[in-house]
Amino acid sequence: MYITPKRGVLDPQGRAIEHSLKSLGFHNVGQVRMGKYIELDVAAQSAEEAAGEVGRMCEQLLANSVIEDYRLEVEGA
Amino acid sequence: MKWGVVTFPGSLDDRDMLYALRDVMEQDAQPLWHKDRDLRNVDCVVLPGGFSYGDYLRCGAMARFSPIMESVVNFARRGGLVLGVCNGFQILCEAHLLPGALTRNRSLAFICERLTVRVENVNTPFTCAAQNGELLRLPIKHGEGLYVAPRDELRRMEDRGQVLVRYVNQHGEPSDDANPNGSMNSIAGVANDRFNVFGLMPHPEHAVEPMLGGDGGLRIFRSIVQSLA
Repeated sequence: MYITPKRGVLDPQGRAIEHSLKSLGFHNVGQVRMGKYIELDVAAQSAEEAAGEVGRMCEQLLANSVIEDYRLEVEGA
Repeated sequence: MKWGVVTFPGSLDDRDMLYALRDVMEQDAQPLWHKDRDLRNVDCVVLPGGFSYGDYLRCGAMARFSPIMESVVNFARRGGLVLGVCNGFQILCEAHLLPGALTRNRSLAFICERLTVRVENVNTPFTCAAQNGELLRLPIKHGEGLYVAPRDELRRMEDRGQVLVRYVNQHGEPSDDANPNGSMNSIAGVANDRFNVFGLMPHPEHAVEPMLGGDGGLRIFRSIVQSLA
């Protein structure tokens, strides 16, 4: 899962990274957003079933929907 | 009245909270353990500051699923008084007992300082012993105290008077300079729409005696006692 700050929510870490990159000379950089990456194994019969399960995990614990968005990638074993 | 102060693994201010309630306020206050489900018939549950469960994932996210929180949520739904300070405020937001969320300070720095908050609404169990607009000197010590809520929700909260304390400057006015962490609308503490749950980032339990640099925190505890008298 990729968990990122929602658009519009102040992301001070992303902003600090953006400033540092600009001071290094990367002037084309904008809108840096810093989030979390979580990897886990889940036993499931199909990719859909796994995605559904992990989506519920995000809703209940892994992401806070007030301030964060998430997206999933499922890989078969 | 009876108070219960919850200790989670990683709580830091549970002892100071018990000291403030027992030794200074002369209240019947007892510790509650995160694995307990029994709230022992207390009238007010306090979630203290600290770093519950190491603040892993997000501050307060893990504590929300501890056994006692199930009881605290039911207690709050029945109208019981719940006060959350600092990490306790974060837990209450994660448990959806309070709207919004607390994120990384705008400066990215952990802030430990004494500052001024203004009491915005005295018609609540948590502020009824204060004067409207009263200024309280209270300490903060947190890395993630930037209060965020969706704009429309924030507007409704302001309209209903759910913002109970706001960071202000020496003139008693909210200003960007006086906002320590970048909180929306300079919010230091909010209540739910039923006004029986209150969370704030400043620490009333660290401001209960002149020797500690002030006793502004007593306003909060006295209000709760007064509201149940």
